[in-house]
Amino acid sequence: MSVQQALPPGGPPRGSAETIQKGDVLLDVRDLKMYFPVTEGIVFRRTVAVVKAVDGISFQIRKGETLGLVGESGCGKTTTGRCILQLERPTSGEIIFEGQNLNDLDARALRPLRRKIQVIFQDPYSSLNPRMKTGDIVAEPMYVHGIEPDAKARERRVEELFSVCGLSVKMIDRYPHEMSGGQRQRVGIARALSLNPEFIICDEAVSALDVSIQAQVINLLEDLREEFGLTYLFIAHDLSVVRHLCHRVAVMYLGKMVELADCDELYDNPLHPYTRALLAAVPVPDPAIEAKREHQTVKGEVPSPMNPPSGCVFHPRCPLAVESCGRKIPEFREVKPGHWVACTET
Amino acid sequence: MAAILEIENLQTQFFTSAGTVRAVDGITYSVNHGETVAIVGESGCGKSVSALSILRLIPDPPGRVVGGHIRFMGLDILALSDAEIRKVRGRRIAMVFQEPMTSLNPVLTIGRQLTETLEHHLGMGREASNARAVELLGMVGISDPQRRLAQYPHHLSGGMRQRVMIAMALSCEPELIIADEPTTALDVTIQAQILELMRDLSKRLGVALIIITHNLGVVARYADRVNVMYAGKIIEQGSALQIYHQPSHPYTLGLLNSVPRLDRPRQAKLDPIEGQPPDLTRLGAGCAFQPRCRFAVTRCAQEIPPLETVSEGHVSACWRRDDLGEKMRDAS
Ligand SMILES: Nc1ncnc2c1ncn2[C@@H]1O[C@H](COP(=O)(O)OP(=O)(O)OP(=O)(O)O)[C@@H](O)[C@H]1O
Ligand SMILES: Nc1ncnc2c1ncn2[C@@H]1O[C@H](COP(=O)(O)OP(=O)(O)O)[C@@H](O)[C@H]1O
Ligand code: SF4
Ligand SMILES: [Mg+2]
Ligand SMILES: [Mg+2]
Repeated sequence: MSVQQALPPGGPPRGSAETIQKGDVLLDVRDLKMYFPVTEGIVFRRTVAVVKAVDGISFQIRKGETLGLVGESGCGKTTTGRCILQLERPTSGEIIFEGQNLNDLDARALRPLRRKIQVIFQDPYSSLNPRMKTGDIVAEPMYVHGIEPDAKARERRVEELFSVCGLSVKMIDRYPHEMSGGQRQRVGIARALSLNPEFIICDEAVSALDVSIQAQVINLLEDLREEFGLTYLFIAHDLSVVRHLCHRVAVMYLGKMVELADCDELYDNPLHPYTRALLAAVPVPDPAIEAKREHQTVKGEVPSPMNPPSGCVFHPRCPLAVESCGRKIPEFREVKPGHWVACTET
Repeated sequence: MAAILEIENLQTQFFTSAGTVRAVDGITYSVNHGETVAIVGESGCGKSVSALSILRLIPDPPGRVVGGHIRFMGLDILALSDAEIRKVRGRRIAMVFQEPMTSLNPVLTIGRQLTETLEHHLGMGREASNARAVELLGMVGISDPQRRLAQYPHHLSGGMRQRVMIAMALSCEPELIIADEPTTALDVTIQAQILELMRDLSKRLGVALIIITHNLGVVARYADRVNVMYAGKIIEQGSALQIYHQPSHPYTLGLLNSVPRLDRPRQAKLDPIEGQPPDLTRLGAGCAFQPRCRFAVTRCAQEIPPLETVSEGHVSACWRRDDLGEKMRDAS
């Protein structure tokens, strides 16, 4: 299958469908692979294996769209984000942002693009420098990138960012450890916004937060999306949060993309047996429903990406697997307009 | 049904340089034979401390149980000698922690950790304990148990380590298992496997369970009764159905409204609880939830509301419990 055929179109989301549908493709990831060598020996390092963290995934994100990326721990979500951020050099594949292939650019040419792509991490505790005041943490990227060189203007901008993110301006002088988890996550968001980005990768950005605080931060992310026309890649493992926030959703398993569809389509009509297993595993907060619901738990553990199964990577755990699944890698095909799945048996 | 565990007005505090942390501030609840009781609430509200208090595992200093009673199968837990509590801990009350790697010994094989407990607590011989270890691993769904006995914890995945922890918890046939966020670190499909397993075993063997979690879906599926905690206190208590279908405290209602749900149409906006959880060293005179509460009246800032009956087996600590019942339900 050629790269071109493998390219899923940036599908239409719900809600403001029309504007986004017509919008331009902001990010185009083509057949991305990221293999990490596993080495042994201290003096003579030799590669004993490779971890196929990301193994040939393709997707597009349109301007203003939020694409959800879900899958179990270790399936390659963070690595995908790190490749887009140019924090890893991909083994192969292309990352095209605003029509420019990032692989072709040198460090100098990358600089202005890097400004437009920002990230919010999962762990508000470790992603902020503990020795810096939060106001300085938010101001730092502006300083580094030489925007708002005037100290007074920078200060005003920090104050503005604090209030946009629902933080009291009084907190500018506090250190991260003097804030709650939700407040620290807001500082991380304010910092990501400081460079006026177009695209933000949210890597488990709300996962560590308590539900009441999580809801506050989700609302903030939604408000900012509307106000500044932001585009998000929303990496998460909480399927209910992803459904709430995303226009389209991609499901990964062991470095591969197994399903991609519009949000409602994916949740109402999941086609890949792994997506179905994920959805079936989520208990809903209603004891009356749960009392009636049969739980069909999927068997087995996620295999190691160092030694992935042959054929379809899901076949050892799959309830639908037939003999050929262990031999043939299923094609990622479009079964309905905008609904892509890598399974022959569904 | 008979209560195997009764906790009455338990108070546990930590004496720190920043002041006294009232981590558990007078909680009362009971657990019946074979029953699953959930404790839910936000991070820092005292769930783990209340569980550790039952096992007398509070680090002293800085912490201490400063008041209340804990009765377990006729034993007055707080009055037991150190030697006596060691006979209860692990043997009659077992605990499963969130991060199995920190509670398994990394330099001992899985087999040795299991047989050691069996030999130590039950006085089994080598052969008998080996056979029992194989049986236990099989029971928690670990394939090829004989071979696994020789492996070390780091050879196993997170889900498998949690299964081993459950096998160890079950090894002495305890009457009660306390599971503190047993699946929070695990992926959803593995989480479902482990929780179904725990429920199955508890029903089959008649073991009572206390599950501590912040996942409202997990509570709905697995708990018979629910304690909702806020700032060191139980603020609502009832059957799972009462808590979810007739929430009678603004905090419980707030929690239920903050989560997006797969079983309902998508909402335009989530409805969070505004503000932050309180600092447990600086609790005011009134209801601890008052600064965040939409329903607060003057009295709420002045007097702590007591737990009072809403209906049979259902209590709530809110001054406006009665006049707000209907209003809150409509809102949910
Ligand atoms: N620098 C590295 N060297 C070797 N292996 C790596 C490296 N970075 C990531 N990996 C491996 O690549 C795989 C995918 O990692 P990644 O961090 O992307 O997973 P993830 O989906 O984000 O998981 P989680 O949800 O747990 O963060 C894992 O098996 C991981 O161990
Ligand atoms: N060793 C300790 N020293 C001081 N304070 C503690 C200690 N352990 C817990 N606390 C405090 O007790 C309160 C309740 O903690 P905990 O029960 O662990 O919360 P959770 O509900 O998240 O399990 C928190 O305010 C916490 O900071
Ligand atoms: S007592 Fe008052 S402040 Fe507390 S929950 Fe009830 S209404 Fe709200
Ligand atoms: Mg990750
Ligand atoms: Mg805890």
